[in-house]
Amino acid sequence: MAQVGTEHNPLYVAIVGSGPSGFYAAEALIRSERTVKIDLFERLPVPFGLVRSGVAPDHPKLKQAIQVYEKIAEAPQFNFIGNVSIGRDISVEELARHYHAVIFTCGAESDRKLGIPGENLAGSHTATEFVGWYNGHPDYRDRHFDLSHETAVIIGQGNVAADVGRILSKTVDELRHTDIAGHALEVLAESKIRRIYIVGRRGPAQAKFTSKELKEFGELSVCGAVVEPAELQLNDASRIELEDKTNAGSRKVFELLSEFATSTSRDKQRQCHFTFLKSPVELQGRSRVEKIIFEKNRLQGEPFNQSAVGIGETFELEAGLLFRSIGYRGKSLTGLPFDDKRGVFPNRDGHITDTQGQLLPQFYTAGWIKRGPTGIIGTNRADSVATVECLLQDLARLDSSETKQGAAAVYVILNSKKVRPISFSDWKKIDNEEISRGQPLGKPREKITSIQECLRIVEKSG
Amino acid sequence: MTTVVTDNCRGCRFTDCVAVCPVECFHYDDEMLYIDPEVCIDCSACIPECPVQAIFEEDDLPEDKRNWVKINAEKAPELPACSESMEPLPGAEARKAELGF
Ligand SMILES: Cc1cc2nc3c(=O)[nH]c(=O)nc-3n(C[C@H](O)[C@H](O)[C@H](O)COP(=O)(O)OP(=O)(O)OC[C@H]3O[C@@H](n4cnc5c(N)ncnc54)[C@H](O)[C@@H]3O)c2cc1C
Ligand SMILES: NC(=O)c1ccc[n+]([C@@H]2O[C@H](COP(=O)([O-])OP(=O)(O)OC[C@H]3O[C@@H](n4cnc5c(N)ncnc54)[C@H](OP(=O)(O)O)[C@@H]3O)[C@@H](O)[C@H]2O)c1
Ligand code: SF4
Ligand code: SF4
Repeated sequence: MAQVGTEHNPLYVAIVGSGPSGFYAAEALIRSERTVKIDLFERLPVPFGLVRSGVAPDHPKLKQAIQVYEKIAEAPQFNFIGNVSIGRDISVEELARHYHAVIFTCGAESDRKLGIPGENLAGSHTATEFVGWYNGHPDYRDRHFDLSHETAVIIGQGNVAADVGRILSKTVDELRHTDIAGHALEVLAESKIRRIYIVGRRGPAQAKFTSKELKEFGELSVCGAVVEPAELQLNDASRIELEDKTNAGSRKVFELLSEFATSTSRDKQRQCHFTFLKSPVELQGRSRVEKIIFEKNRLQGEPFNQSAVGIGETFELEAGLLFRSIGYRGKSLTGLPFDDKRGVFPNRDGHITDTQGQLLPQFYTAGWIKRGPTGIIGTNRADSVATVECLLQDLARLDSSETKQGAAAVYVILNSKKVRPISFSDWKKIDNEEISRGQPLGKPREKITSIQECLRIVEKSG
Repeated sequence: MTTVVTDNCRGCRFTDCVAVCPVECFHYDDEMLYIDPEVCIDCSACIPECPVQAIFEEDDLPEDKRNWVKINAEKAPELPACSESMEPLPGAEARKAELGF
């Protein structure tokens, strides 16, 4: 038999998850000199992962990355199999049987917990849920967020916290012409929230926002950005961090926070406060969140390695709504090892290993489930390219006598389980329907948030 | 708003930026790289990757580098796209040291 990856013995690869890392892995395989057949699996009937369901509705330009993915999807080597959840509809073992290699790019769909009393009270939510809800992710469409309180608190100071804070700070008029889910727009229209606190456990020099995202808080129509000047005092180590030539990003963030501290935007209808060096220790309330107790912190450690330690003093905020935005977290998958501490599939340069570090043949990974939940869309491109390089280097070790069937075998299994796979042209029908539903509303699209409805649209148009 | 490559890239062409660009909007000539503003989605992924801090968001450009907005917009569409990392130009390391990085 000819070598795997040649015309008479193509390399069959399954990719699991159609976010950026899945598409960039497909692109890297298509560009390789090998003859490949790629099936990209997605558990939802709609592709693009967090580019569709994470990136904020008021940041439409970033979603143009989708045009690149649509181009990749046109390649003859590429095939999309949506509405198929690996682990539920098709097992990892079945993929191993029908493909030479499998690349897991399933992202980080869960979230980290604070682990404090009261965390499960009503009114305490995760950013993951809220983001999924306003972005029309089918898993979160039925969530309820009670915005009838005046104060909302967001724990964490990364860009996701900035997204959540910005959506709460904007008026519906500022959001109406985006692709935000209709159900979210209705609830936001009734919002009574006037004060938003975005709380960091470390200081202003360690905030993880990027300056571009933070800057938007200075430009909102009815919401002012507020920082107490006293909170901008730095310890020596933080000063060293900000002076470091390579740390231009944090320097810009600090400059913006300093501008917020001197601005007069406190007269606006709403205020978004940025506050530092506080860790929540308890959420209190009879049946729902009423008060949040924080412990104040100081920083300890070398520059760029400072951690927050409590100083025994408390600080309280009365608030009816809390979002924890302290990071996403990967989920385990039956049939694969899982690094529970980091929430990733253990791997060496993208090649999945068992928990002892032994390489597992056939299994690779890229994106958030490989590295952990950080990095922006483009970060995943370099990452997927590296994983595919690793996979192609291993090709010589593959058993070329064993023939694989790829999608043909998968469709038989799906048929026996009565699972309706969604092809890329099926998705285009859903896409068109969303765009036309958006038109009368002046929105780029009105997302269809029910899986059943997606399937009906596909069936209806034959 | 757009994102632009400036003269620090000249003679060096480390292509760390290209590897993380989600939309392949870098183009190159013998000297350096340019960003096509029609294609760039302003995601800023490339900015921290550049070892010589050659890339800026338009709003952050120093006054004496404002002319690069026009240069990028004019040059990029006429030049070949750079979709994968390339070898740095000879002398790139020396140039990086000379720029103080
Ligand atoms: C709220 C938020 C906003 C963001 N905004 C920006 C931004 O503005 N700009 C930017 O550059 N980056 C942004 N990012 C970061 C960017 O979205 C991520 O870097 C990127 O999406 C990670 O890509 P991924 O492919 O690893 O994971 P994902 O995008 O999460 O894709 C994973 C895919 O796998 C699917 N999947 C999971 N399990 C299975 C299974 N068992 N079977 C089949 N399919 C499965 C999921 O449904 C999903 O479609 C944002 C992230 C978040 C959370
Ligand atoms: N517009 C954009 O470009 C955009 C938008 C959204 C997301 N993203 C990207 O997506 C990635 C994920 O974003 P993210 O905001 O989820 O993660 P992130 O940037 O890692 O931020 C997480 C925040 O949570 C804090 N935190 C963690 N554990 C905590 C705890 N136990 N108690 C209190 N605070 C805690 C962190 O503080 P410490 O620093 O102290 O750990 C940090 O401030 C990032 O790379 C981000 O840039 C980009
Ligand atoms: S990383 Fe910087 S120096 Fe290198 S090619 Fe890109 S812009 Fe030019
Ligand atoms: S800002 Fe983003 S899209 Fe624009 S050139 Fe840089 S990496 Fe590419």
